[in-house]
Amino acid sequence: MAESDTIPKMSARGVNVFYGEKQAIQDVSIDVDLDNVTAFIGPSGCGKSTFLRTLNRMNDTVASARVEGKITLDGEDIYGANMDVVQLRARVGMVFQKPNPFPKTIYENVAYGPRIHGLASGKADLDQIVEKSLRRAGLWDEVKDRLNDSGTALSGGQQQRLCIARAIAVDPEVILMDEPCSALDPIATAKIEELILELRGNYAIVIVTHNMQQAARVSQRTAFFHLGRMVEQGPTTEIFTNPREERTKDYITGRYG
Amino acid sequence: MTDHTVKAFDDDINALRALIAEMGGLTEDAIDNAMKALTTRNLDLAKQVVAGDTRIDELDAHIERLVVQTIALRAPLADDLREIVAVLKISGIVERMADYAKNIAKRVETVTANSRMEPLSLLPSMAEIAREMVKSALDAFIARDAKLALQVIERDRAVDDFYNSIFRTMVTFMMENQKMISESAHVLFIAKNLERIGDHATNIAEMVHYVATGEKPPEREKSSMIDPMER
Amino acid sequence: MSSRAIPEVETVAPRVARTPTDWKGDAMRRRIAGRYGAERRFRLLGLAAVALSGGFLLFLLITMMANGLRGFTQTQIALPIDFPSSPLVIDPASLKTNPEQVLAGANLPQVIDHAAVAAFGKDGGRFMSAGAVTALRQAIIDDPDILTRKATITVPASEGVDLAAKSNGSPADEAAVARLKQAGALSTGANLSFLTLSDGTDPTVVGVWGALKGSLLTMGITLLLSFPIGVFSALYLEEYAPRNRWTDLIEVSINNLAAVPSIIFGLLGLAIFLNVAHLPRSAPLVGGMTLALMTMPVIVIAGRNAIKAVPPSIRDAARGIGASPVQVVFHHVLPLALPGILTGTIIGMARALGETAPLLMIGMRAFVASPPGGITDPATVLPVQIFLWSDEVGKGFIEKTSAAIIVLLIFLLTMNSIAIYLRNKFEKKW
Repeated sequence: MAESDTIPKMSARGVNVFYGEKQAIQDVSIDVDLDNVTAFIGPSGCGKSTFLRTLNRMNDTVASARVEGKITLDGEDIYGANMDVVQLRARVGMVFQKPNPFPKTIYENVAYGPRIHGLASGKADLDQIVEKSLRRAGLWDEVKDRLNDSGTALSGGQQQRLCIARAIAVDPEVILMDEPCSALDPIATAKIEELILELRGNYAIVIVTHNMQQAARVSQRTAFFHLGRMVEQGPTTEIFTNPREERTKDYITGRYG
Repeated sequence: MTDHTVKAFDDDINALRALIAEMGGLTEDAIDNAMKALTTRNLDLAKQVVAGDTRIDELDAHIERLVVQTIALRAPLADDLREIVAVLKISGIVERMADYAKNIAKRVETVTANSRMEPLSLLPSMAEIAREMVKSALDAFIARDAKLALQVIERDRAVDDFYNSIFRTMVTFMMENQKMISESAHVLFIAKNLERIGDHATNIAEMVHYVATGEKPPEREKSSMIDPMER
Repeated sequence: MSSRAIPEVETVAPRVARTPTDWKGDAMRRRIAGRYGAERRFRLLGLAAVALSGGFLLFLLITMMANGLRGFTQTQIALPIDFPSSPLVIDPASLKTNPEQVLAGANLPQVIDHAAVAAFGKDGGRFMSAGAVTALRQAIIDDPDILTRKATITVPASEGVDLAAKSNGSPADEAAVARLKQAGALSTGANLSFLTLSDGTDPTVVGVWGALKGSLLTMGITLLLSFPIGVFSALYLEEYAPRNRWTDLIEVSINNLAAVPSIIFGLLGLAIFLNVAHLPRSAPLVGGMTLALMTMPVIVIAGRNAIKAVPPSIRDAARGIGASPVQVVFHHVLPLALPGILTGTIIGMARALGETAPLLMIGMRAFVASPPGGITDPATVLPVQIFLWSDEVGKGFIEKTSAAIIVLLIFLLTMNSIAIYLRNKFEKKW
């Protein structure tokens, strides 16, 4: 594929990830840009989630994990000495497989991030950030009258959108989504997918999904992972109609095994 | 090619391929029989060909239903998707070819009324090539054979050449035998039908190539065509 | 050309031949009956176990109450005193300025004795308890004019009379009680002084206040030391410590520590706090420190379990929006784990509250007749007090022992209630 002239938002070159002796990711290079939603697909245990978590250093908490290669955010090495991991995670937000709102009020859930990063100058400012984030996540109309209810009292789909609002609230540049819909029903899933497409262009979005139809629906670029390697990446339409690699084809046509 | 994890998906695809094969076989027979009726002046055979087209139409409708159902239930992707879309289109094309055969059979009565139709001698050879092309194209589809498909595409030129030659012959013939212009016109249409069958076989071959390789076959140069209405 | 039917898509799945299971057969019925029987037996067994333990608890409570509640009552004698004729050496004028001192040298015991002999015969003095003097003193202070006339004051009866009145005493005491009853001088009053007095030699004038205050101070020290140290240890071990041989060793040691007999902790306290650090003997400070040693492992273990039980997804969520490790711990993990930690703390503190052995080792078994003024004063604690009283020969101490047990149980219950209330409050908020 053609490399664009501008620096991609995030870029990985020759990334290897080890858990102790075991190599989980082998030599992965990929670019993530603002205009495209990038989907990682692949069978369970292929390393797609592991790789996603190296992009905001969530693997740091695993003591045995070791990352080689270079990953940059706006050209800056995220594993470099100048990169503060706490700030990195604010800039590269994450939405998880299971909706995991804090057991606090809806308002507190969204306000927590801006508060710890000191992004709001006062109560009114914070209120505004909360409202804006909830609106962007398409949740405002559903919760505006009960901001003081517990976030865990919402439905699964609403909880996941709350988590997205929470991630948006700290104004990230990249949003990583690790199978965000795997615990949701089709309607809630459709709402999240619609939201992803709306957020596209403002945030670089990377989504890991088991659901190939979902990858096909929401992403513009797709990367296929298999056994810790990135087998193929390219425009989603191409990957899903005419993959070049046999392994990709076998996987997406359901011949994997 | 390995099987799908969901075996029923393979069953669906195989059923579709079998239906296409059956339809193709019937269409080849129809072309064959139409030409046989023409050369042997067998009006009964001609009528059989016309009647047999209903069955091909039914198969076409059935294939369409099965394709829609497979897309809805199995959500095919990549080569499966290409193949199933190709099945839908091929089924339509084969149905059209069968229509041409039927069309030829319908003209048998008129053309054979006069026994002195000389250019008839060229038509069987042309029909043989066209029928071969149909067979090869469908064989290529069944075998997912891109090479065979390319050969079919190559042979389209032969059919075109035949058509051009028949066209010139008939024009001359009509100028000489003005009483037989009506019959001659019918012969010309038969030739045109055979030429269209060849074109459609080429289309099928192109699709087979795309299904098998994911790429369109290399663009070929068109033979210098004399019929501006068609191209 | 034959127009054979076009095959429709198959909708019936192929059947595999199999022999049907005989669900209604005899063998199957027996199995089912057996299963239900096992279920019933298990339920009855459980019920019996609960009933048995409930019975024991009830028995304990009833016995304690029956014996102990009497400890809160006091047999009193109405004692008429003729002050002008009594051997009272006192200057009414000086009484105004410094009553305590004046009365201390006023020969009050003799006044009581004299009045008792006058009222109830020659052995009348024996009916009165040592506390009668206190009652008299109080009466004089309350109303100095009493000295100029004849008055009847209510004084506590002696141990023998008290016992004879409540249940059964020696024949002599029984006779005395009969006589007093006839004179209409006997009555039963509430003995709240049990809650305000400290240890003593006469069972009629002992109380648990000294021990209760000692317990409160000790528990305070224990909580202050063990809760923060335990919670921080648990947090560090769970959230920060790397998983390696050393942390494994620490974990095993903590688990073992929780199982170490309490007397060992007492010896440890004796060796370190008294012999090395030379802290005051018998003081709540040392007792609290010793008990904190014992409580800490319990809190650490409960705390670690509570912290482990906080779903990792919450940590991920907080980290995912850029919370620092400390923020993750204090904003999310600790509040969510707090109910569990509090439960562990309650268990640990309850165990510490009832502990006797280690406190004996550091000298908290001394006879302390006055409540401790601070954490370095000599003191005793409730369980030790109970232990000491249960050792006393005086018959009156039996009911005092039971009464002290009631106080201890109420203390325990209150402590647990407060902790449960706190836990529920935190759970609701989160």
